[in-house]
Formats: sequence, structure tokens, C-alpha cells
Amino acid sequence: MPRVGALALQGDFREHLAMIAELGAEGVEVRTPEELDGIDCLIIPGGESTAIARLAVRYEMMEPLRNRILDGMPVLGTCAGMIFLGTATTGKPQPQLGVLDVAVARNAFGRQQESFEANLDVKGFDRPMRAVFIRAPWIESVGPGVDVLATVFDPVSGREFPVFVRAGNVLAISFHPELTNDARVHELLLSLVAPGIDEER
Amino acid sequence: MNTPAAERGTDTVKRGLAEMLKGGVIMDVVNVEQAKIAEAAGAVAVMALERVPADIRAVGGVARMADPSIVEGIVAAVEIPVMAKSRIGHFVEAQILASLGVDYIDESEVLSPVDEFHIDKWSYDVPFVCGAKDLGEALRRIGEGAAMIRTKGEPGTGDVVEAVRHMRTMTSQIRALTVLGSDEIMSAAKDLAAPYALVKEVASTGKLPVVNFAAGGIATPADAALMMQLGCDGIFVGSGIFKSGDPDARAKAIVEATTFYKDAAKIAKVSRNLGEAMVGLNIDTLSPQELMQHRGL
Repeated sequence: MPRVGALALQGDFREHLAMIAELGAEGVEVRTPEELDGIDCLIIPGGESTAIARLAVRYEMMEPLRNRILDGMPVLGTCAGMIFLGTATTGKPQPQLGVLDVAVARNAFGRQQESFEANLDVKGFDRPMRAVFIRAPWIESVGPGVDVLATVFDPVSGREFPVFVRAGNVLAISFHPELTNDARVHELLLSLVAPGIDEER
Repeated sequence: MNTPAAERGTDTVKRGLAEMLKGGVIMDVVNVEQAKIAEAAGAVAVMALERVPADIRAVGGVARMADPSIVEGIVAAVEIPVMAKSRIGHFVEAQILASLGVDYIDESEVLSPVDEFHIDKWSYDVPFVCGAKDLGEALRRIGEGAAMIRTKGEPGTGDVVEAVRHMRTMTSQIRALTVLGSDEIMSAAKDLAAPYALVKEVASTGKLPVVNFAAGGIATPADAALMMQLGCDGIFVGSGIFKSGDPDARAKAIVEATTFYKDAAKIAKVSRNLGEAMVGLNIDTLSPQELMQHRGL
């Protein structure tokens, strides 16, 4: 099984690693460029995107992360992780990896009292996911090559906004499967790791 | 397409925000300028209040919820979550704070309690954090609906000794539960004065059902890392930042020490040249009436 890193600068990385362990893969916490070397795929957890981004800049993680992802390493960003992967935000500019061609709206659903959970239909999944949205972002616009796998309807604007997208090796979701028992997104991430990669190591 | 039958204010949603704050630092701020410094330094949330605990001690008298204009100004100024404090048992202050859009309410012993009963926190969509000195207090607060726990420590002192004591007490009480037989749980619940179902849950999982932060007296990067190594999920810093000589540098250093809490070389590096730490009050010099930790058991 592949070795899965979770970016452990801040956020709920332990919950992601617990889910990875249940799937039988090895999980490791990643805080430094050196710790990035030994992993086959990466999870960027939920947390506060400004805090994660500031630490990533300060500890010189931006370029090593960008290089590994552009080199094809599968990555899953959840919530703050989605913002971090994107190319733009609709609010105050903040450091982003720019490896996923989307513009993200932070706190798009509102403040904590507007946070919610709901069943979400996802393209390719045979039954809905229980999706937990916590001060969650949504995607305002996607560039070419970005597949939208799930959306949420916003009654205020009358528009649908993507909350689950994929572009090649990059997966990004607005919600938190690691707070539920549904491991299908994590299984999808593991399925993107090239077969036999751990035998090579 | 999804037209979600959205459920707000569920346990998962309320406890979930605290999960996202883990490994981070929540900073007390009294105005918009401080809130912006905190956000830029990498705080995961700010606590909006009228005075930091050290000043509450200095001023004396009744300490109440902050003026709504302070809370509103801070809510508008930052993108990170905003918390605010209500007095213990003052459910109208809590209703007001919820109406202002705060993301978490701290039902706090730092303010003057108004009731021997705590707020019924289940009845709010906004989540609550409460202080605890030991496992019984923590489980009583969770039983009342708290979605996050923090140690009480001794606020406004800059002395971390009480936070350490509270965290060690909680950890050792949790450990003791995990070795009990099922026929011993009810008696343990009686001794802890805590709800049976929660005691049973902690005995089987070996951890609190909600996130547990350190608070009360944290003043240096080393203090923050100490609390993290003792098993806390994250850090509240009250007076420790904006009562120090160089708040911006100290805020950043405490954030970095919280992330790299096991890396002594990095903590040493960030601890250099931070200027004066808050002067602090030694716990032993406080009279029993001056201690805040015994409020709201």
C-alpha cells in the first residue's frame, strides 16, 4: 500500500491519517520539505487556510509542494486544503499553490451558524455522501480541464457551485469526509497512486 | 444537483469547527488592529473581548460581555473565526453574541459568573467552548452541550502552572477510566459527578469526545509547546501576546512553536529576541478570592 502524507502544519490532519490507517495504508505527518520526499500521495487537511499558508511560506514548503504535485503526485485538499491548492480567491489575496485552476470563495456559505451537513450526490459514487460543511468554501469558477464531481445549489444567487472537483492528480473538496465514516474520497485518492509504486521503493 | 436538506447546529458541525482549529493558536484581541495582527501572524481564530484577563484583574469590579460594537468590528475585519466570551450562566449575553454572528461562544470564568447553573448550550446553533480543571468538569460541560473544552489554568497571570496541573489531571483521570471494568463505570461516574454515558464513552475511547485546548497563563513559545506535548489539541493565548513587548513577533513565534511542538531546535529559534514577556503574576501571591479557576464548577 502507498505511503500517504498529511500536511501537518495545522488542522485536522490526525482524522485524515486515522481514515488512511483504516484503509490499510501507512500515514505520515508532513511538516518539512524533507518529510515530503518519502510519500506517494498527500492530503492537505481542513484548518484555517491563512494559518496553513503562512506556515508553508515561512518554512519554505511552497516550492517543494508545488513541484511534487506538478510532477504528478496525487493530492487531496479538503476545505482549507482546497483553497490552498487553487489559483485564486474571491476575497483577500493569500498564498496559494496555484496547482488547481479554480477561483475559491472562502466562507461561501456564511459563518459558523450557517455551517451544515447534508447528503451530497457525487458523480461516480453509487450513493450520496454525508457531507459536513464547516465555514466551507465553494468554487466560484473553474478553468479548462477541471471536472466538477459535485455541486451545491445556492438559493440566494440561484446558482450551483462546485464543492468537489478533480483535475488529473488533484482532488479538492469543500467538505469533511474525515469527520464521518465514509472513506470513499480517501479510497479515490489511493486509487490515483500508480500501481506498484511501493514495490519500487 | 443537490438541494441539500441542510441540518445546522448538529454535534458534528459544532464539534467539527473545533477539529479544524487543532494545532493552532487562538488569540485574545480587544480591537480591530490587534485582530488583524493576530490573523496576519497565523492565528486560527481570535477571541474578541473588551479587556484581556490581566486587565480584568487590574481593573476589578464586574467583568461582562464585550460591547457589541467591539465584537462587530472584529467580525467584519477578519476572515478567521471570531469567538467571544459570555458570563457563566448569562444566556442572554450568549443570545446577543450569537446574533452578532460570532463563530464560537466561550462561557468563561474570566468574566463574573451570574448563576450557579451554566447555559443550556444544546439550544444554540453556535457552538460553545468551556473551561475545565478536571475530567468531571469537562464532562459536565459537554453534558450541557459544550462542543469544545479548554483547561482553565489561571487566566491573566502569565503563569502556566495551573494549565499544566489541569491538563495532567484530566489525562490521568482519563487513563484511569480506560482500565475499569464495565461494572465499575457507574461508580466512577458518581465520583466524577459526570454523566454516565459520557464516562462510559471516555472509558472506551480513551479520549474526550471533543477537542481540548490549553488556556490560562500561556506566555511563551515554550509554554505553548509544553501544553502540546502534554496532549492538548491547540492553544489559547489571552494576555500573553498583547501584554508583551513585541506582540507581532511573539504571536508568530507562539504559532510556530505550536506547529513544531516536538522540535526543540525550531522552538529555540523562534524564541530568540522576542522582547519582554508579559510581567506576570505568581500564582502563590494570589489570594483564594482572586483565583478565577474556582468559578463555575
